[in-house]
Amino acid sequence: MIGQSPVRTLIAHAVLIVGILIVAFPIYYTFVASTHTLQTILRPPLPLLPGGEFLRNYTEALFGGIGRIGGVGVGTLLLNTTIVAVGIAVGKIIISILSAYAIVFFRFPFRMTFFWLIFITLMLPVEVRILPTYKVMVDFGLIDTYAGLIIPLIASATATLLFRQFFMTIPGELVEAARVDGAGPWRFFFDILLPLSRTNIAALFVILFIYGWTQYLWPLLVTNRNDMNTIVIALRKMVSFADADTQWHLVMVTAMLAIVPPILVVVLMQRWFVRGLVDSEK
Amino acid sequence: MTPRVVFPNKFLPYLLVAPQLAITLIFFYWPAGQALYQSMLKEDPFGLRSKFVWFDNFKRVLSDPSYLNSIKVTIVFSVATAAVAMCVALLLAVMADKVVRGKGFYRTLMIWPYAVAPAIAGMLFLFLFNPSIGSLAVLLRRAGIPWDPVLNGNHAMILLVIAAAWKQISYNFLFFVAGLQAIPKTLIEAAAIDGAGETKRFWTIVFPLLAPTTFFLLVINTTYAFFDTFGIVHAVTGGGPGKSTETLVYKVYNDGFVNLILGSSAAQSVILMVIVIALTAIQFRYVEKKVHYG
Amino acid sequence: MATVDLKDVEKVYGGAVKAVKGVTIAIPDKALCVLVGPSGCGKSTLLRMIAGLETISSGTVSIDGKVVNEIGPTERDIAMVFQNYALYPHMKVYDNMAYGLRNRGMPKDEIDRRVKDVAATLELAHLLDRRPRELSGGQRQRVAMGRAIVRNPKVFLFDEPLSNLDAKLRGQMRVEIKNLQRSLGVTSVYVTHDQLEAMTLADILVVMNAGLVEQMGAPLDIYEKPASTFVASFIGAPPMNLLPIVASGNGATLADGTDIGMAAPANAVTLGFRPEDVDVVMNADRPEGAVALPARVEAVEPVGAESFLYCAAAGNRIVVRVSGRATAKPDDDLRIVAKSEKLHWFDQAGKRV
Repeated sequence: MIGQSPVRTLIAHAVLIVGILIVAFPIYYTFVASTHTLQTILRPPLPLLPGGEFLRNYTEALFGGIGRIGGVGVGTLLLNTTIVAVGIAVGKIIISILSAYAIVFFRFPFRMTFFWLIFITLMLPVEVRILPTYKVMVDFGLIDTYAGLIIPLIASATATLLFRQFFMTIPGELVEAARVDGAGPWRFFFDILLPLSRTNIAALFVILFIYGWTQYLWPLLVTNRNDMNTIVIALRKMVSFADADTQWHLVMVTAMLAIVPPILVVVLMQRWFVRGLVDSEK
Repeated sequence: MTPRVVFPNKFLPYLLVAPQLAITLIFFYWPAGQALYQSMLKEDPFGLRSKFVWFDNFKRVLSDPSYLNSIKVTIVFSVATAAVAMCVALLLAVMADKVVRGKGFYRTLMIWPYAVAPAIAGMLFLFLFNPSIGSLAVLLRRAGIPWDPVLNGNHAMILLVIAAAWKQISYNFLFFVAGLQAIPKTLIEAAAIDGAGETKRFWTIVFPLLAPTTFFLLVINTTYAFFDTFGIVHAVTGGGPGKSTETLVYKVYNDGFVNLILGSSAAQSVILMVIVIALTAIQFRYVEKKVHYG
Repeated sequence: MATVDLKDVEKVYGGAVKAVKGVTIAIPDKALCVLVGPSGCGKSTLLRMIAGLETISSGTVSIDGKVVNEIGPTERDIAMVFQNYALYPHMKVYDNMAYGLRNRGMPKDEIDRRVKDVAATLELAHLLDRRPRELSGGQRQRVAMGRAIVRNPKVFLFDEPLSNLDAKLRGQMRVEIKNLQRSLGVTSVYVTHDQLEAMTLADILVVMNAGLVEQMGAPLDIYEKPASTFVASFIGAPPMNLLPIVASGNGATLADGTDIGMAAPANAVTLGFRPEDVDVVMNADRPEGAVALPARVEAVEPVGAESFLYCAAAGNRIVVRVSGRATAKPDDDLRIVAKSEKLHWFDQAGKRV
């Protein structure tokens, strides 16, 4: 460093700590709220330290069932959300890697047409085709099913583009070598391409898991039954400010349980996460 | 594209693209086509018959004061969100670039909000700031600030912007840190030797060299504020009070699903489509032209 | 214009790693001092401490008699040419050169005059509107020089400025730098790992190794009287031949017992002679006052004006330079003769005897 004075370093640390306090405060305070009784929450301001109701609140939310959302327990919601998030991530990766494989390693009529058809979906987010897509879901009987929550979201140009870009960096000699060694397209795919793509897949998985977990508009449209809700949608249904009987302590527990799994994924898989984030925007 | 070694195979490639193509056609192209078609239909009040009216719906939508209001709301919301999220992230990234010890620690704590769903982010802030039980709202009122996001449209907008920007700080932070790291240290040193103090170095060397990152983030943040924040609006304000926080996306949803004005909702969808196309085009132009300095 | 004095300068990283271990150098006004050494020897760290880019752990750096330890690079009135040039990519050549002057609040017309003057000297006048990425490597190098010159600083610092150029351009720029430095008369410190560059440029040559100064002085003095085996093998290409010897009676032998034909000074354990300081004789004569070793030719490298013979003598590899074409062929047996005044002797610690 250019003879940076200790004072400036200190200021930098101070700013960063303030930044982190701001960034972390809402999450911390939610945790605090989730460990207090409803009565304490209803008399703001809330204390800055956790209360003693941790076990009782979390047990009640997880196993007791919550009245406002039809007595469904948070456990069911977490299961739904996990299925959806993993389903979307895995599904997206599978269909993207397959189509990228076809587009890069084969030559066939309409190859580029297919590529563009996939590419253009970048410009068609759910938001611009809400009603007609909903109608398709109804026609296929996909409302309130996992398939309905997952399948429409797994077509993704981003993942396909990412794999395509990566595949194009694989030298042609590798394909030739594999063919000389007698490997057909499937062997090449499983023995060479998949192992080489491991880090890309891991990075993409983290990003897509978060993407699936945080979906809002789509689950809102295709679920009516309370026991098919994802945790984010259920949380929304549990909150009412007009209503005095919102069970805030349970809401806060649910919020924590909705936040913690994706945070854990991001923090524990930080290396992949940062990579995936940077790669997927290239 | 360079000619490359490929597998000779007639049917396999079709099989490989089939799943993605099927999903794309059924859930993307067909509905998008429907949206285009419906945007030119007008249904009678009972939804029994419809007739083709060309661009009538668009004319009506674009002259509808509530739609124009919604455009204004979206612009204010997007600009404010992008500005707040980017400024805070840039400040934090610059500071993180200065410290030697604890970099990883700060980054780990800084990326949490990325994992929080926008709607939940909205609800967390609503919990803190709602007038009846929000702890921070209580503190604000004790400090003499008449804070009420439930009745005051501006306050509601501020709340949305804070929640939306908060969630986006992580993302911007990571990209700004990467951008700062990509600036060669010797340039900063050369500038120091050339007599530029720290502040001057930032504005004349670092900031201009960060421009590609900044521009990229501007596009990404705008897209985010336009589309991904539906959850925040829906969960926090529901477009209210009045229509003071009704963004374009929220209005499409509301007109289509709640008010069932199909033609208008479809026309709005198509307008949104045009906006996405424009944003995507800008983004890709940027990628193509990505400035590679010497 | 200025002297540069380093006194017992040390650099310690993280409380333990010593990159520079007490260096004292006095550079007189207008002199060009070259710091040379292998990578990791601390030469760049030393330069960066003079620039103010690294803090000084102990000792003092003075410019023009004034201790500058606590003064930042911004106020030291120095200019630096970086290895990768460090040109501001978003500015035109003109602005790159003008930047330092603007920061010091110089009037516009004065800046303009100076930039154009220097650009003319360096033949950059037609490039002033270009950006760095539109320039060739050599042109960038010139701009980096120009940016330093235009400032008219007390001291120039060069951090391996030619290492990114191809061999031909490097030779050309070397001459140019030398001429510019002399005509401008600005005290300069120049860091390089290239001994040829060091030899040709330096008024004062400082050979560094492992954070310490091995030897300091005029380049030819160092060449002729290397203070240690390190300097002997580092300065000169191909390097000096160094052979371990054993004293025996009133003579000395190589490790395997081969008689070298003369006595060694007390304490000497290594014999050295430069490739160009030996004669090759085909007969078995043993000249007086000279070392004579039997050797076998392993390879011959003719490079035009001269040839190199790679020979083996009792398990040692010896390089011999002969002018013109070599008559010897691989597998020839011959005798290598070096006159006593051309011999160098080193003790156990590698120091010159």
